[in-house]
Amino acid sequence: MSVPKGLFYTKDHEWARIEGKTAYVGITDYAQSALGDITFVELPKKDQALKQGAQCATVESVKAASEVYAPLSGTVHGVNEELIAHPELVNSSAYEKGYFFVIQLSDEAEKAKLMDGAAYERYLEGISK
Amino acid sequence: MDSDITFQETPLYRSHVSLGAKMAPFGGWMMPIQYQGILAEHAHTREGVSVFDICHMGEFMIEGDAVSSGLDRIVTQKISSMPQGSCRYGFMLNEQGGVIDDLVVYRLDKDRWMLVVNAATITGDEANLKKHLSQECAFENASPRTGKLDIQGPGSLEALSGIFGGRLKELRYYTFADFTFEGESCIISRTGYTGELGYEIYVSSGRVVKLWERLLCDARVKPAGLGCRDTLRLEMGYPLYGHELDVNHTPLAAGLDKFVDLSKDFIGKNALLREQKDGPREHLVCFRSDSRRSARNGYAIFDLKGSRIGTTSSGSFSPSLSVSIGMGYITGEHQLGEKLAIKDGAAEIPVTIVKKPFYSKA
Repeated sequence: MSVPKGLFYTKDHEWARIEGKTAYVGITDYAQSALGDITFVELPKKDQALKQGAQCATVESVKAASEVYAPLSGTVHGVNEELIAHPELVNSSAYEKGYFFVIQLSDEAEKAKLMDGAAYERYLEGISK
Repeated sequence: MDSDITFQETPLYRSHVSLGAKMAPFGGWMMPIQYQGILAEHAHTREGVSVFDICHMGEFMIEGDAVSSGLDRIVTQKISSMPQGSCRYGFMLNEQGGVIDDLVVYRLDKDRWMLVVNAATITGDEANLKKHLSQECAFENASPRTGKLDIQGPGSLEALSGIFGGRLKELRYYTFADFTFEGESCIISRTGYTGELGYEIYVSSGRVVKLWERLLCDARVKPAGLGCRDTLRLEMGYPLYGHELDVNHTPLAAGLDKFVDLSKDFIGKNALLREQKDGPREHLVCFRSDSRRSARNGYAIFDLKGSRIGTTSSGSFSPSLSVSIGMGYITGEHQLGEKLAIKDGAAEIPVTIVKKPFYSKA
């Protein structure tokens, strides 16, 4: 499973790439692999206010539907519209072309509640045991 | 973990694991859901040829006269008129007309029959057959000694001819013949559950791993899991036991009248005649959405006035159509083309009632 360094991770398998006052958000390689072929993504609306840990998107595979939770609080700055017609980008490029949305952060200190890459790798090892 | 729950494994369990399959419970068995992915396996079955491990399904061998054995009365289709070497799809019903199982009857010889049944229903089916079959006929649950592989897709005839010879192409739809594999006889029928050209092979459970490996030596043949088996059957509008079919619904409610022969006697017939007179309480419809968001089994169905009219029985993203499709039971009169709404929590999926099959080859 790919776990890039420099990103922050949640126990629900979302990732956040913080760039200044904004962050890109998506689901991890582990999550896309566990879900299988992704067939539908419901994204939050632009300017929607998100609270850390609250449900903010839905992702469906052929077999199942799952909820996506906001890794950080803030306002939705933009969404990845490509995913509406091409949800398979989440499978092929979980950390790049398959990002879900960009958020304008309201409280950068919240990142202290997230895992870094090394901690998330250890967390995944714990799950697979 | 649910360590107290154990699942049966087919002879191919290790083969699936070594191919990297995602395994999951189905009908009491630990089965491969997918290998490289449901979408790719689905497409390969529609365009090429796939092999499915179907060893979990049940096979019963019965010896006796069609009528005096009681078998003809147990199945909704007339089996006494079946030509030897043919298969027929039908149902076993209870006295209320509810479906105990859907099955395929093979007439092996004048007085020899093979019944192919669902995995989860093997025990109940066996009990029902033993209750209604006469003492004189021989009954064997041959499931443990029988392996079953389904080879499905437009390339299936070519792939199998290399192993079983050119005689295979003479098999017409819903017929079967005896063939030989590794010096042992096996049955191949031209049947399937995908809507594609395809075959089902019944071989001894001791030979099934060899046959699987032999098939996969052919680069055209790829393994496919139960995940795409479900999307393939759903695109054809084929029912799945436990979803569209159960003891609470009759074949008439499921719209499967053509597999019920009301000109003969069978268990549950009176209930069906009553239902035919009164109209079914619910009936099965097919629905299609313009959205990719999928309805799942058990979602609520509403009409556009906001009244709850039913429940979905199956629902999935259709890999061939790239939209969501499904089936469900609804009450009242509803026409093709009518718009409905399917809801689960806050999510609402607008759908239209359509005809089956959802998918047909252009």
